[in-house]
Amino acid sequence: MTITMPAMDRQHEAGDGTDVVAAAGLGVTFQTPDGPVVALEDINLTIGRGEFISLIGPSGCGKTTLMRVVADLVSPTAGSITVNGVSPDQARLDRSYGYVFQAPALYPWRNVLRNVQLPLEVMGLPGDQRAQRAKAALETVGLAGFERKFPWQLSGGMQQRVSIARAMSFEPNLLLMDEPFGALDEITRDNLNVHLLDLWARTQPTVIFVTHSIPEAVFLSSRIVVMSPRPGRVLRVIDSDLPQDRDLDIRETTRFLEIAHEVRMALREGHSYDD
Amino acid sequence: MTAVDVSTGAKPKPVRKARSGRTLPMLAVLAVLMVVWYIGAIILNSDRAERQLNRGGDDWGIVDLIVEDLTMDRPVLPAPHQVAVELWNSLIGQPIDSPRSLVFHASVTMTSTLVGFVLGTVLGMLLAIGIVHVRTLDRSLMPWVIASQTIPILAIAPMIVVVLGNIGFTGVGPKSVISAYLCFFPVTIGMVKGLRSPDPMQLDLMRTYSATTGQTLAKLRWPASIPFLFPSLRIGISLALVGAIVGELPTGAQAGIGARLLLGSYYGQMTALWAALLVAAFLAIASITVVGLVERLVVRTRGGHA
Repeated sequence: MTITMPAMDRQHEAGDGTDVVAAAGLGVTFQTPDGPVVALEDINLTIGRGEFISLIGPSGCGKTTLMRVVADLVSPTAGSITVNGVSPDQARLDRSYGYVFQAPALYPWRNVLRNVQLPLEVMGLPGDQRAQRAKAALETVGLAGFERKFPWQLSGGMQQRVSIARAMSFEPNLLLMDEPFGALDEITRDNLNVHLLDLWARTQPTVIFVTHSIPEAVFLSSRIVVMSPRPGRVLRVIDSDLPQDRDLDIRETTRFLEIAHEVRMALREGHSYDD
Repeated sequence: MTAVDVSTGAKPKPVRKARSGRTLPMLAVLAVLMVVWYIGAIILNSDRAERQLNRGGDDWGIVDLIVEDLTMDRPVLPAPHQVAVELWNSLIGQPIDSPRSLVFHASVTMTSTLVGFVLGTVLGMLLAIGIVHVRTLDRSLMPWVIASQTIPILAIAPMIVVVLGNIGFTGVGPKSVISAYLCFFPVTIGMVKGLRSPDPMQLDLMRTYSATTGQTLAKLRWPASIPFLFPSLRIGISLALVGAIVGELPTGAQAGIGARLLLGSYYGQMTALWAALLVAAFLAIASITVVGLVERLVVRTRGGHA
C-alpha cells in the first residue's frame, strides 16, 4: 500500500527536540454541586515525538481528563501544559491533533467518505483535495471501497476505523485515542490493535492512547503511564523494550508478560484493585 | 479484510405493506360513515321535509318522506350524494376564474397558506437558531413563543386583518401573517429540540477541529435537526391552512374557502358549506402528503436514515 500523505515528512520535524506534550504540576479540579472534585493532581509528564504512550488506570483515575486537557476540551486549574510547544488552546487552533473518541461519533447522515472529509471541510480545503485525502486516509485504515456506505451499514469495528481515518485525514502529528476499542469484542480489538501498530509504524505520529486493558497497553505502547484514582495521579511510567515490529504472538513471550506484570503491580500499588 | 458488503442486503419494506393493508379498513370506515351520514340526514331533515310534503296534502308515506329528506333543496344536513353533485358542479362545472368555482377559492386559500407556511417556517427556524445559540434569547423569547399560542386565533385574526388593512395590506398579506403566526410555533419547538440533539461527543468533535459556531450549525446542528423538522412542517402546513381559512372569515368574505364557508352558513346553503369543507380537508391532506414526499426524498439523500 502506498501512502502519499505528508505525515511521512515526520522525519524533518523529528530532530527539533521539542516535546509534543509537556505537563508540569498539572491539576484539574471540577466544581460540582457536591463540592470540588479533584480529577487530576500534580501531573508531570513529557511525551516525545513519535512515541506511543498508553494511559492506563481504573475508572475515575483521570486518564480521559488528562487527554481532554491535551485536546483543550478541559481547562487545567493548576500547573502548566504545552502541546507542540504551545498552549493546548493554540494547538487546537493549529489543528495539530486528531481525536478518536470512545464511540465512532460518525454523523449518520453522511456516508463514509463525507464523514472522513468533515474535518477537511471545516478547515476549508478545496473539494478535489478533500476527496483525495479522505480516500488516502480510508486506504490507510483498510477501508478503500467503502466510501459510499453509510455508517449504519458498517460493523462497529469498521465504524471505529472510519473515525480513525477521519482523525488522520488532515495529517495531525498527534493522535489522541480515548479507549477507541473499548466497546468492541476482543477479536475485533486484537485485529484493530495490529492495524493501529502497523499504521503507527508507517506514518509515525505521536499517539496518546487511553485504555484500561493491560495487554492492550503493553502490546501497543512504547511507554505506559500508570495512573491511580482519587485524585488522579501518575503512579509510574514504564518503558517497554519490546521490539518495534510486533505481532499478536508477542503476547506469549516472557518479556511481554514481565512488563504486563510490572503494570499490574503498579496498579496494585495504587490500590486500584481494592474497590 | 473481514469487511462484509451489507449494502446488498435487502432492506425490509414495511411501509408498502402497511399501505396496501390499510385500504380495506379505510373503506370500511368510509362505508360506516356513509351509513351514519344518510341516517343523520333522514332524521335531521324530517321536520322540513314533513312541512314540505304537507303543503301538497297529507297523502304521503314513509318512502316519500325519505326521498324528500335526501333530495330537498335546502336541507339541514345534505346527503352525501347531494354534496358530491355540488362538489362536481363547483369544481368542474365552472370556469376556473368564476367566483362560483371552488378551484378558484381553493387556489386563493392555498396561496395564503403557502406564503404563510414559508414565512412561518423561516421565522420558526430563525427563532430556534437564536434560542439555541443565545442564552438570553432562550430565557427571554421562549416564554413569549409559548404565550403567543395561548391567544385564540379567532380573537387575534380580525385584529391582524384590521391593523394590516389600515397600513395598506389587504388580501394575501394579512391572511399569510395569520398562517405564519400559527405555523412558526411547531417549527420553533421542533427545531430547538433538533438543533440540541447532537450528543456531546459529536459536538466535541467539532471543537477539536476548531470549528466556528456557524460551521457547527451548518455541518452538525442543522443536519441533525432534519428528522425533527419534518414532523413540525407537517403540523405547520396544516395549521397554516387553518390560519388562511380563519383569516378569510373577517375580511368580508370575498374569496377563499373561508369565504365559501361563511357564505354557506349565512345563507343556509349547507350543501355548498359541506362541499367547501371537503375541499379544505382535501387541501390539508394534499399539502401534508407533499411534505411527506419531500421528506422521503431528503431521507434518501441521507442514506435512508432520517
